[in-house]
Amino acid sequence: MSEVETFRAPIIARASDRSPSSQILKSNWEGAGGVAGWLSSVDHKEIGKRYLVTAFLFLIIGGLEAAVMRAQLAQPNEHLLTPEQYNQLFTMHGVTMIFLYALPVLSGFSNYLWPLLLGSRDMAFPRLNALSYWVFLFAGIFLYVSFPLGKAPDDGWFNYVPYASRAYNPGPNIDVYALGMVLLGISTTVGSINFIVTLLRMRAPGMSINRVPILIWGTLTASVGNLFAVPAVSLAFFMLWMDRQFGTHFFDVSAGGQPLLWQHLFWMFGHPWVYAIVLPAMGIVSDGLPTFCRRPLVGYTPVALATVATMALGFGVWVHHMFATGLPVIAMSYFSAASMIIVIPSSVAVFSWVATIWTGRPVFTSAFLFFVGFVILFVIGGVSGFMTAAVPVDLQLTHTYFVVAHLHYVIIGINVFPVVGGIFYWFPKITGRLMNEALGKWSFWVMFIGFNVGFFPMHILGIAGMPRRIYTYPEYLGWGPLNLIVTLGSYLFAIGVLLFFLNVFVSLKRGKRAGDNPWDAASLEWSTSSPPPVYNFAVIPTVASRYPLWEGRLNQSDDDRSSMQEGFLLDKGRETMGTTSLDAEPDVILKMPPDAYSPLVLALALAVLFIGALLHSWWLLGASLVVILLASTSWLWPQRSLSQIET
Amino acid sequence: MSYWHTYGPAGDPITKLGWGLGIVSIVVTVVIAVMLLGGLFRRRTKRAPDDAQLAVSREGGGMGWIYVGVGVSTVILIICMGWTLVTSASVSHPPSTPALTVQVTASQWWWSLRYTSDDMSRTFITANEIHIPVGQPVRFELASVDVIHSFWVPQLGGKMDVIPGQTNVTWLQADKPGVYRGQCAVFCGAEHALMALEVIADTPRDFRAWQDDQLRETPISSSATVRAGQKVFQAHCAACHTIRGSDAAGIVGPDLTHLMSRRTLAAGLFPNTQGNLAGWIAAPQGLKPGAQMPDHLVSGTDLTAVLGYLNTLQ
Amino acid sequence: MVELGVSRTVLPVGSKAHHASGWWGMLTVIATEATLFAYLLFSYFYIASHAIGAWPPYGMPKLSLAIPCTMLLVAGSFTMWWGERGIDRDNPVRLMIGLVVSAVLGLVFIALEGLEWAGEPFHLTSDAYSSLYFTVTGFHLVHVAVGLLLLMVLFVWTALGYFDAQRHSAVSIGVLYWHFITIVWLAVFFTFYIAPRLG
Ligand code: HEA
Ligand code: HEA
Ligand code: HEC
Ligand code: CUA
Ligand SMILES: [Cu+2]
Repeated sequence: MSEVETFRAPIIARASDRSPSSQILKSNWEGAGGVAGWLSSVDHKEIGKRYLVTAFLFLIIGGLEAAVMRAQLAQPNEHLLTPEQYNQLFTMHGVTMIFLYALPVLSGFSNYLWPLLLGSRDMAFPRLNALSYWVFLFAGIFLYVSFPLGKAPDDGWFNYVPYASRAYNPGPNIDVYALGMVLLGISTTVGSINFIVTLLRMRAPGMSINRVPILIWGTLTASVGNLFAVPAVSLAFFMLWMDRQFGTHFFDVSAGGQPLLWQHLFWMFGHPWVYAIVLPAMGIVSDGLPTFCRRPLVGYTPVALATVATMALGFGVWVHHMFATGLPVIAMSYFSAASMIIVIPSSVAVFSWVATIWTGRPVFTSAFLFFVGFVILFVIGGVSGFMTAAVPVDLQLTHTYFVVAHLHYVIIGINVFPVVGGIFYWFPKITGRLMNEALGKWSFWVMFIGFNVGFFPMHILGIAGMPRRIYTYPEYLGWGPLNLIVTLGSYLFAIGVLLFFLNVFVSLKRGKRAGDNPWDAASLEWSTSSPPPVYNFAVIPTVASRYPLWEGRLNQSDDDRSSMQEGFLLDKGRETMGTTSLDAEPDVILKMPPDAYSPLVLALALAVLFIGALLHSWWLLGASLVVILLASTSWLWPQRSLSQIET
Repeated sequence: MSYWHTYGPAGDPITKLGWGLGIVSIVVTVVIAVMLLGGLFRRRTKRAPDDAQLAVSREGGGMGWIYVGVGVSTVILIICMGWTLVTSASVSHPPSTPALTVQVTASQWWWSLRYTSDDMSRTFITANEIHIPVGQPVRFELASVDVIHSFWVPQLGGKMDVIPGQTNVTWLQADKPGVYRGQCAVFCGAEHALMALEVIADTPRDFRAWQDDQLRETPISSSATVRAGQKVFQAHCAACHTIRGSDAAGIVGPDLTHLMSRRTLAAGLFPNTQGNLAGWIAAPQGLKPGAQMPDHLVSGTDLTAVLGYLNTLQ
Repeated sequence: MVELGVSRTVLPVGSKAHHASGWWGMLTVIATEATLFAYLLFSYFYIASHAIGAWPPYGMPKLSLAIPCTMLLVAGSFTMWWGERGIDRDNPVRLMIGLVVSAVLGLVFIALEGLEWAGEPFHLTSDAYSSLYFTVTGFHLVHVAVGLLLLMVLFVWTALGYFDAQRHSAVSIGVLYWHFITIVWLAVFFTFYIAPRLG
């Protein structure tokens, strides 16, 4: 092809994986094999799987750290750990879980599922997708570099100044945290950009905005939230690094700086972030529950709106993490009321799930158990948040184990349980095999019981006055027995997690063959084979309702049917359909880039840049900047194959 | 430390509200749990003729749940919000103007206390053990010399953070004589766990007597052994500790003028007994690793001498 | 496979003007970068509102360089807009002129900023105000520098004949960023030079 076509009337065809046309698609989309193919792949499914595996590895690392902490706390006056070791452990535990597990695992689901849910052949920016994974991986490793030196970050995940300033915390640990977070912020930001543009541009024809699955709403909302929240924390950490390394005075009272500025910036990010790490997971449940209740979700529109409202309100409540800092009562009353208002959108979702179960006809699979367990854990975690939202009550509860209980109920309840349920649900799609149901039910019950035994007593410990972040406590305060129960319960929970991982490994090899749609589910990803072919869909599907695969059974008029077997073929190279933002009318034939090393090179260069900054090695920094410029220029270079130039 | 019960007007309204919201929370959880269980196990009249059949043939339906559920939740929330705002206002100021102001200065990992008075001669400094008169509100002005701490005596009221560069003010009142344990609540470094304090509520008479006691300076002892101990102290300890009436005027560590009147040592770490005191002076790092007082300041004999001297600080 | 026919609508292929994903991508980049600057300015106002003593501590910032700087960037946005219209009309030379003129204006801006920096009586480490001043203007300068690089690369691409009236989304995207830099400067200018004069 010497001439690049600027316009085309695309061919409409009926085709499946077995059609000869699929061979063409396959050769268009398949990457090189072997190591080279692995390093250069930009396939969203590949990247999604990598995100999932890496995030689970971090869950294990963070969990093992917690296990050691719990051993130290099991009895009063234990001497297993020094205070300094304990402080590093709880900090790395929080950092690992929040930043390296909770969001990345959801990015994994979304990366894998988005194009499949949307009826597209890839994300909007496949190379950016690869970049965001590599940067995440390198940032995760970066955050751990000082751990083996016995000098890991030790000021908690929210890293309050002035303890985090150089005067009180010399050594590389806080610099590692600061720079690592800026690096990780890059990954999160480019990932979010990718999701947003994918949603706006890549939906199958007919999938208007009010027909996308709730998971899409969740990830979209989280991504928009990240776009506005991440700069706050990146900036805060950058300023901290400047204070520590170059003597600026942002947080230094002796020269007009303000320690509370740190807290404002951190929580302006931190609160929206906690919703970013649960809204996609709530989406997983909102999409999974209907399948097992054999009915559509009750109240799609209110749930979608509630998702957005939660995030929007989430930007106006950050001060509830600072109720004890001595702010004016008026200001606190506002933030207290706002934090209570945020319960309303959550209640919309809860009643929608309850109603879906009540009016449905439940099928008790493992995935379903995890989704139901999630609902009740969310309520327990939510109401404890509601209690801390009341200023005066929070003056007692804040900085105690009550908050530790709250945060684990919401995070493990709303993130870990749906994630595990989601794996049970989509494992057959990802691998072509079903997970073991019996073992799955065992792991649910062990996790559910272990979790409640392990974390519920923390509420009582908090009210009994146990502050968080203490490495030991005296016997006469009577916190010993409950702490022992907490430790045992959390070990039981860990065993449940272990059973789940075991199940994954066994099922990878021995699981029953799944077929395209083992759960008789309704959304597009189940219309293609399991595992899906590289090109996802033999033809771009056309969508006419929220539940394309259930249409025959939902008493709809017949003239408006989705079609999965007939649609745009788009087989002239890597192509997919670009559609309009709201109504998803066909708008443009998008040319997708080939596999490339530039994301890996760019990510490596970025990592080296941050290492240079950490070591004050200016030549390393300069050299990596040059590589970054060259790599991004070559990345962006106009290419005829992408129809970016004409002649 | 448990605040299921509180003993004063700075804490009581919070405790009531806390119980109230706690009960609402439990009720909400139970109601949802019951609805979930009901939804899971209720007898469904029509069995599906075949598995392909969906429970509901139209997408709508079930919306009533959301309307009612959200409606009821909103009403409960608004009531709770009102109660919260009222409570918030009522604990933000003491019922009457406090007659007594204590300036609390937090440092890693202990508390310095300055009892102020319009009469400068009745102003004095002590550490780690706060005495207050029963039945009267006391004002606390909180400052930090290093990092952020938080001042918290759970059985008397909520926390207030202690932040460098700003002076936060709070108040407490104890309606019952007794010892109330407090603890630093914001993570402040290695020994955050062992940064406790005690508030002792005395009858106004006892309180006055305690104040007078604290105001006394230590008399110069005539005993030779005590004087030897004082010399050791002056040589090894005075750079950090103050003993009013002597040349020791360090401010890095707690004021020790009336050390022997205190119930505990090293910010609530252990009871103030001879053994503990000797152990502390010999090797604080073993007991409170990271504390800002070094090990091995004095030899064995000097230790006995110093102890003899410290024992006179009644 | 059964070919059923061709679509009734003819669709553009590949990156065409605002159909390009990159255009949407740039809008999101701008959204997040604008937030970054909002947080920087928030930090400025937060510290200002807690300042003890005179604010700004070194007297009113001088306008003698800041106003010309502002005019340079605004002018640069206009020349760039003019250049972009050139390629819309299939006139790459006009685009190249626009790119060069805007880049020169940007360079002069950097030089004037440098002059202003050199003339300040304080350093990065003097106090919170000075840290803020150099950091905020520094962040903006870095953006101008990146913008300059973009313009240069676009110049090369235009010279290589990559763009015409149909295919030039890279140009539109780069120009969008360039306008953003101007708008951010207006916010910075208002915060540091005008706001203290209002209070
Ligand atoms: C991960 C997700 C997540 C989620 C979803 C939430 C949800 C909420 N959180 Fe939580 N929060 C955290 C993560 C999360 N939080 C973390 C990690 C911390 C600790 C940070 C740290 O210090 O390390 C924290 C801390 C935290 C604090 C600070 C505590 C302190 O340090 O003093 C507060 C205070 O207001 C708070 C409030 C809330 C509220 C009101 C909600 C609401 O969104 C909850 C709403 C949901 C429900 C209430 C349940 C469903 C509703 C119904 C069934 C309706 C009926 C209910 C009523 C009438 C009450 N959270
Ligand atoms: C996603 C978020 C997440 C998750 C999943 C967890 C999981 C756990 N957390 Fe975490 N936690 C946080 C986020 C999270 N936490 C945060 C943000 C903080 C605040 C930090 C701060 O203050 O800065 C915190 C703080 C925190 C504390 C308070 C520390 C303190 O204040 O001093 C404690 C104490 O008990 C604790 C315990 C646990 C336990 C026992 C688990 C368990 O659920 C872990 C179970 C998982 C595993 C153990 C790994 C998988 C299992 C295996 C590989 C099997 C083999 C292992 C064994 C049999 C042991 N956490
Ligand atoms: C480098 C400073 C330094 C020196 C020298 C020093 N101390 Fe201390 N001392 C401290 C600090 C700081 C604390 C508070 C420790 C804590 O609780 O974390 C303290 C606490 C104490 C306490 C407990 C006080 C209380 O209120 O509970 C005693 C008693 C004490 N020191 C005695 C001594 C004696 C005796 C010596 C000399 C042999 C000495 N100190 C030398 C800094 C010092
Ligand atoms: Cu002081 Cu914690
Ligand atoms: Cu919050």
